[in-house]
Amino acid sequence: MTHSAAQVSYLEDGHTLRSWLLTTDHKRIAILYFVAITFFFFAGGFAAFLMRYNLLSPHGLLGSAETYNRLFSMHGILMVWFFLVPAVPVTLGNFLIPLMLGARDLAFPRLNLLSWYLFMAAGFVALYAVVAGGVDTGWTFYTPLTSLYSKGHVVAAIVAIFIAGFSSIATGLNFIVSIHKLRAPGMTWYKMPVFLWSLYATSVILVLATPVLAMTLLLLAFERIFGIGVFDPAIGGDPLLFQHLFWFYSHPAVYVMILPGFGVISEIVPAFSRKELFGYKFVVWASIAIAVIGFLVWGHHMFVAGTSLFSAIVFSLLSYMVAVPSAIKVFNWIGTMHKGYIHFDSPMLYAIGFIGLFTTGGLTGLFVAALAADVHLTQTYFVVAHFHYVMVGGMVSAYFAGLHFWWPKITGRLYPEMWGRAGAITIFVGFNLTFFPQFVLGYLGMPRRYFAYPQQFEALNLLSSAGALVLALGYLLPLGYLTWSLLYGERASANPWGATGLEWTTPSPPPTENFAVTPIVTQAPYQYEQPEAASHE
Amino acid sequence: MNGYWPSATLEGREVDLLLLALLLVSCAVLALVFGLILLYMVRYRAGSGVHRGARSDQAWRFEIGWTAATLAVFFGLFIWGGDLYVRLFQPPADALQIYVVGKQWMWKVEHQGGQREINALHVPINRPIQLVMTSEDVIHDFSVPAFRIKHDVLPGRYETLWFQIDRTGAFELFCTQLCGVGHYTMTGEVVAMSQPDFEKWLASGAASEGHEDMAAAGKELFTAHGCSGCHGEGGVGGSPETTGVQAPALAGLYGHSVKLQTGATVTADDKFIRDCILTPDKTPVAGYPQIMPSFSGQISEEKVLRLIAYIKSLKSGSRT
Repeated sequence: MTHSAAQVSYLEDGHTLRSWLLTTDHKRIAILYFVAITFFFFAGGFAAFLMRYNLLSPHGLLGSAETYNRLFSMHGILMVWFFLVPAVPVTLGNFLIPLMLGARDLAFPRLNLLSWYLFMAAGFVALYAVVAGGVDTGWTFYTPLTSLYSKGHVVAAIVAIFIAGFSSIATGLNFIVSIHKLRAPGMTWYKMPVFLWSLYATSVILVLATPVLAMTLLLLAFERIFGIGVFDPAIGGDPLLFQHLFWFYSHPAVYVMILPGFGVISEIVPAFSRKELFGYKFVVWASIAIAVIGFLVWGHHMFVAGTSLFSAIVFSLLSYMVAVPSAIKVFNWIGTMHKGYIHFDSPMLYAIGFIGLFTTGGLTGLFVAALAADVHLTQTYFVVAHFHYVMVGGMVSAYFAGLHFWWPKITGRLYPEMWGRAGAITIFVGFNLTFFPQFVLGYLGMPRRYFAYPQQFEALNLLSSAGALVLALGYLLPLGYLTWSLLYGERASANPWGATGLEWTTPSPPPTENFAVTPIVTQAPYQYEQPEAASHE
Repeated sequence: MNGYWPSATLEGREVDLLLLALLLVSCAVLALVFGLILLYMVRYRAGSGVHRGARSDQAWRFEIGWTAATLAVFFGLFIWGGDLYVRLFQPPADALQIYVVGKQWMWKVEHQGGQREINALHVPINRPIQLVMTSEDVIHDFSVPAFRIKHDVLPGRYETLWFQIDRTGAFELFCTQLCGVGHYTMTGEVVAMSQPDFEKWLASGAASEGHEDMAAAGKELFTAHGCSGCHGEGGVGGSPETTGVQAPALAGLYGHSVKLQTGATVTADDKFIRDCILTPDKTPVAGYPQIMPSFSGQISEEKVLRLIAYIKSLKSGSRT
């Protein structure tokens, strides 16, 4: 370890609270975000746990439908806006984008800090809404239920999401400018790691879609507070308008959640297969295609809502189109494993879990994209299972994969490998136990958002709740051993996995200025050497 | 579950067939994906000495191949699902219409004969049934899983849903659009009966005492709310000479096209008549001064439905 001022690790560069709360270092801001979203993840998870407890009995165990409705609304709102949407971009993205670019920081370091403060402000307003009594509208806020009939703290919840949206926009803008302007000498667009491409596509969606959400929520608040008729037909509004506007944001937001996950997996699979990513350009353009087509499929949330036959058919077709690039990615990851030298370290196990669960989530998406099948399955537990396979089985697994992959870089510590593998396997098993029965429940017609349900659904609900117990354990495991590793973990070398990428060329944890000398890029990413090639010639 | 499988409707059984096809496609893809991953995990694990050979430099051939294959399969599924949906969307012309009003948290049903029921819907088998549905408050959704159908029920609109059941039985009805605290209690049953049993049920007044034919009830409302004051008795239309004001004739109106002052031409369906009663300013009829007052807030959704039933019953032959 050198003692030159230029090589102080970012973690050692100041120990006061002030040095953290007023930092403009992207790495420290990423840590601030880690703390915040970990809290929201477990808060949202706790709500889900209580929901699964309630559903152990057909009569509902929580005693009150109002409590149950508020729990699932809180679960959705916290998980979507305070975990899934920000998760990978603000933590791994914030930390890694400058490192992968070979840059000193993001383009606008102070804007980055402002994003965090906006996020925290939003988080506190959201927590206020929860503590004050919550909302019972679901995370989708359908009108006129939300605007005129609901008795919860709707305006507080809306304000929270509104503010969080500005945090997203600022982050997206920062990433776009950074990727355009701060690439190291020699790093052309096609020499960028796929993680950067994915976050670029994500950022474009954030910047274009989030304002629509902000406007929609504002209109909703106006209708609720001032009685201006926008969505309620009784006062001259259109009830479907809200759904169009809401899904115009919220469907692209699904890709905001999953695209960064694709980026993470595209880094990990090559690293642990010791082989370059199969079909790099196809994977890259698949991300861009998803970002573009993702804007044109919102209507598939409304096949039974009362839209026209023509629009339903067009949106069904476009929904199948947007699934094609996702399928391409899955095949490319498998192609990457072909003829590789596969290592089964924890990040790879999480990544393989991701591929399996995401593929299942994607395939069940084909069910709900087929118009007549959607009529039967929508609004049932089938849809609940489908998007949890994509969002939780897919996205959360990818987040954990990335966390385990870059943990040594971020913290300078190694976690106990056996525990990491046990965590990956427990989550995979617990997830399937929880959510697979819900596909069957949905086919059998069990509606979602029911506090109590008919007797015939009891057995499968018991199974699902039992699975939730395993899944909860699976999520608590990493919380335990990763925290443990911060204090007692073995020190990590600069590149413990032997991975390519500029972030691995700097010490672990990186110094405040990231690179002592600006790196120069001459190679395409993922240039892994074949272990055989050396001995074979 | 009683009566769930096979589905009690032809369309439901066809949806099941589509779902089976989707399941088979999914299983095949999952088997391929998991199979390859497991195979590679074993065969190409780091410690395995298997010879890797040269890597293909023709990656794009694979890319084109699996992209084309995916597109083809997806397109097939799209066509299948879409074709069936088009049929689910369009009711047969001779369907028996029944009116459904959703409110927090119950389903109110009214038959054309005026029989009313709550959280239950009695229908005959082997005959297409079309529900004309609206809501008094928030959005609900009328869902009968045994028929594999559902449709949102919106305030301010008439949405329709049709089905034809081919065996008797009772089938669960759910509201599947979150509508407030009592959402989970907004359930009921659809009782499918043979035609004679259904007629017996209609006649027995099992639904409600002293029911009155919907159109007849609508006729009373037509007078009570002063509609006949301008539109004339029997909806024959008004002129300065007869009723004192110029008002369009309503007899024979239903199902015909109407020209609006905006230049647009619309078909006089349930929704149009409803709009004319509740928000007349939005549908000014060409050739008449827009002096009709709005009845919004004065007439319940059910009364509007009865008025519509009455207006529907006025044939042009009754014009004098």
